[in-house]
Amino acid sequence: MKTLAPRLIFAALLLVPFGFGSQFLVNLAMLTAMSALLGQAWNIAGGFGGLTSFGHTVFFGLGAYAAAILATRYGVSAWFALPVAFALGGAVGAVIGFASFRAGLRGSYFALVTLAFAEAFRVLATASEFTRGGQGINVSLDLGLANFQFADRRATYAVIVALLLLAMAVAAWLRRSRFGAQLMAVRENEDAAAALGIDIVFTKTAAFSLSGGFAALGGVVYCQTYLFVDPLIAFGVERSVEMLLVAMIGGAGTVWGPVLGALALHLVADTARSFIATPGFAPMLYGVMLLVIVGLLPGGVASLGARWRRA
Amino acid sequence: MLEVNGLSKRFGGLQAVRDVALTVNEGAITALIGPNGAGKTTTFAMVAGFIRPDAGSVRFLGKEMAGLRPDRIAALGMVRTFQVTQPFAGLSVMENIRIGAFLHEADPGLAEVLAREVGTRLGLGAILDRPASGLTVAARKRLEVARALATQPRLLLLDEVMAGLNPSELGEIVSMIRAVRDGGVTILLIEHIMAAVAALAEEVNVMAEGALIARGTPTQIARDPAVVEAYLGHGAAARMAQSGARHA
Repeated sequence: MKTLAPRLIFAALLLVPFGFGSQFLVNLAMLTAMSALLGQAWNIAGGFGGLTSFGHTVFFGLGAYAAAILATRYGVSAWFALPVAFALGGAVGAVIGFASFRAGLRGSYFALVTLAFAEAFRVLATASEFTRGGQGINVSLDLGLANFQFADRRATYAVIVALLLLAMAVAAWLRRSRFGAQLMAVRENEDAAAALGIDIVFTKTAAFSLSGGFAALGGVVYCQTYLFVDPLIAFGVERSVEMLLVAMIGGAGTVWGPVLGALALHLVADTARSFIATPGFAPMLYGVMLLVIVGLLPGGVASLGARWRRA
Repeated sequence: MLEVNGLSKRFGGLQAVRDVALTVNEGAITALIGPNGAGKTTTFAMVAGFIRPDAGSVRFLGKEMAGLRPDRIAALGMVRTFQVTQPFAGLSVMENIRIGAFLHEADPGLAEVLAREVGTRLGLGAILDRPASGLTVAARKRLEVARALATQPRLLLLDEVMAGLNPSELGEIVSMIRAVRDGGVTILLIEHIMAAVAALAEEVNVMAEGALIARGTPTQIARDPAVVEAYLGHGAAARMAQSGARHA
């Protein structure tokens, strides 16, 4: 998207919720921005690097638990939890990534390993006293800027948008920089990349770590918004799937894809869901959307603009 | 510049490469030829670090390469191309070449300048901004060389960059390779097409059934009975000598 128009539309969309007092609209905008943030986090590794993770909620969950535990056990402000979660997500991403890539795991094998890690963390969080097991952790309500808890959802929304813009800046950097070019080269062809001097294990591990850091930031914001986290919220498979869907539907490996994907998923799916209340309808609709995209528009919604311009 | 000694590799019951020794002198074009399945590509893969040899040494610029990862070897200045071309299909031709340029040039703008310069020099100037998927065979071969050359190597390992080209494309790529060498890059190439090898190489090494069977100038090699037998079958050299004598 090189033209100015989409950016202006995006800026306008970002600002709309501030102009209205409607909690419904603000909530929808907040959830959409949260999806876009998590989708962009997934996209850094999955889109740019082709590292298809099925368990990215591992990082989201670590971020959410880090915020909850820091607040309840150590009385630390959630603002401080942001850098801690970023570092924690990054470190766990580096460990999972290094172990998998060193062993040469790719494609569906890597996807299964990430899924297994997410499930292992869910079981651990359920069993451990440190995380209060299956009953989860309640963060006590203590509104105020210093505690990163806001009565007005618009403030939370503003924080999420700031983090989203930061993640998009990283994606834009990947599109321009040497590291990003090398990451995309590894995605396209590992042997050729190695022959041209690219350290494959390092490149993939670094991307996965960065991606994990951003997903963990999403977890902190979630915890501060709902003031509750339990093993299923933190490490449930649905969130992993949603992160992947948002990036793939919008356009993997692009700066705008996850934003468009989150809009498509929330506007289309949530609207449809309010008309048809049958349980299981939303996942089915997600599946149909993914099939349509993979079959008809492999570049995602983001590639529509380029298509129209070429036509 | 490159000295290979005692290089061996076994895949299960097959001794793919046995005790191979090679020398490549700085500034030269050296060829490695042999029938299909002779172990040429396996030798290349071991030299470039893609396959770990069972035994033997690979000394490049006086340093031991055996056991190093391919990206480390490339960074030290020895870069290979692939027999089956391996373009980054989702990227443009320029972006493909720029990946090579990024090895020693961190700045994206300068790397692009270098990539465009190398691409133009190798005759890809008109298609630099096209996607790398959907190129002709000849263009893919050129891209393969351009990408490797953009890493600013000391030694280029070219694996059958002439296979599948028509005669006019062949002539162009021969002069292209010669120009690359004249630009200061030493070349070791695997090739099937004898005319091209004779036109390019100063020294030819011949492999058959995993072992090195002959070494010499192209003219010496063409007359070597062991080489003729390796290509045409046991006893071929003797039969040819006989029929040659009858016709005389």
